[in-house]
Amino acid sequence: MELTNLTITQIHQALIKKEFSALELCQAYLEKIESEDKKINAFLTLTRDLALSEAKKIDEMLQINREIPLLAGIPMAVKDIILVENVKCTAGSKILENYIAPYDATVIKKLKAEGAVILGKTNLDEFAMGSSTEHSAFFPTKNPHDLNRVPGGSSGGSAAAVAANMCCYALGSDTCGSIRQPASFCGVVGLKGTYGAVSRYGLIAMASSLDHIGPFTKTVEDARIVFNIISRKDDLDSTSLEIPKIEYSKLKIENIKIGVPKEYFAKGIGPDVEEVIRSAIKKYESLGANIEEINLPYSTEHALAAYYIIMPSEVSANLARYDGIKYGYFTKKAKDLIDFYLKSRWEGFGEEVRRRIMLGTYALSAGYYEAYY
Amino acid sequence: MISKEEVKHIAKLARLGLTEKEVKKMQKELSKILDYIEKLKEVDISGIEPTTHSILVENVMRKDESRKSKVESGKLLELAPETKNGYLKVKSIL
Repeated sequence: MELTNLTITQIHQALIKKEFSALELCQAYLEKIESEDKKINAFLTLTRDLALSEAKKIDEMLQINREIPLLAGIPMAVKDIILVENVKCTAGSKILENYIAPYDATVIKKLKAEGAVILGKTNLDEFAMGSSTEHSAFFPTKNPHDLNRVPGGSSGGSAAAVAANMCCYALGSDTCGSIRQPASFCGVVGLKGTYGAVSRYGLIAMASSLDHIGPFTKTVEDARIVFNIISRKDDLDSTSLEIPKIEYSKLKIENIKIGVPKEYFAKGIGPDVEEVIRSAIKKYESLGANIEEINLPYSTEHALAAYYIIMPSEVSANLARYDGIKYGYFTKKAKDLIDFYLKSRWEGFGEEVRRRIMLGTYALSAGYYEAYY
Repeated sequence: MISKEEVKHIAKLARLGLTEKEVKKMQKELSKILDYIEKLKEVDISGIEPTTHSILVENVMRKDESRKSKVESGKLLELAPETKNGYLKVKSIL
């Protein structure tokens, strides 16, 4: 049996039936990473000891026939912008190159409570700013289907790791497509849920009014399983919401209305992409969903213009915390305090990050703030 | 196009020590994006209620009472490049 291409439910059943142990499973994934990741470069950090010790714990539970949670013993990966206690978290940036997370993000706490086996932290565009994972301060990640292509981004490491069977599922973050687009490029399932459904406590912030955490999986069923476990209101994130629980067994496709915005099929769409989307629409239609063509007149060009104000403004505020004093990279050749800030931040941030901070600072500065907001 | 002086002023506000070469590059790139943003002026928004979120997000309040930190301060201080007697150390300001 090829252990590394199984889904969550398949692994869960096999573990209970003792077809293989959690340790064997974990080792199979670690070997897969060892052989595959040299060419793909999806991982920034491997947490081998953490993974093996968790796998052993799950095996001990299984040995005494204790019931195990659905995600117990299942090897997964985490985008390197979500904190895992005592593990390095770089956000793909030189400024956090040696930053050790002092606590677990809420999503990690929930996964650890389930007995998840964390294999490592995955590559991303610096501070999740990019769509190709080429703009990591460390190295680019390759698309496992074709090493000459990008995996998409910014969660390209997580998408590539799932696609190459280097983990069963992974977590990513999405501000403007950073889960959805790499999932599409790598041919895996990616889910960005409703804003507020998943707590962002412990996610390194980029643009807070748009940041989400969500899963990358091999099947839609797995995406539902992981999303159900990581979502819920959290006192540590005041923007998180209590979302109504969905009874999936009662969810009928015949009762769903799907809007298809005309604007998204205008110029610029690739013919193969359009074909795939159209056939998905047809499939839903044949299953009884009500398909309705709609107009979203400002949803493309104007929405992007609004995004170019909102996102950089929030970036400039969120990234003001990297001053070289509390943690992170700092310069060794400063004359005085202001020089220390100027040099530490200039040397620590990459080009795209600097550009977004500049744009946001401009939009928020006196005289312009009133014009834009 | 925004001026070089404006770029330098913004860089200082953002605490980014740009080089002369970068100031020039930033001047061009920022101007291009700002021109694009001008597109928003085409849209007639009279009579449209401002929206901050697509879903109802309410302000969350709590009692102004002290509570224990979730992370020990020692663990956080370990991450700082320079500390002294449990405080963060910075270069002198005056």
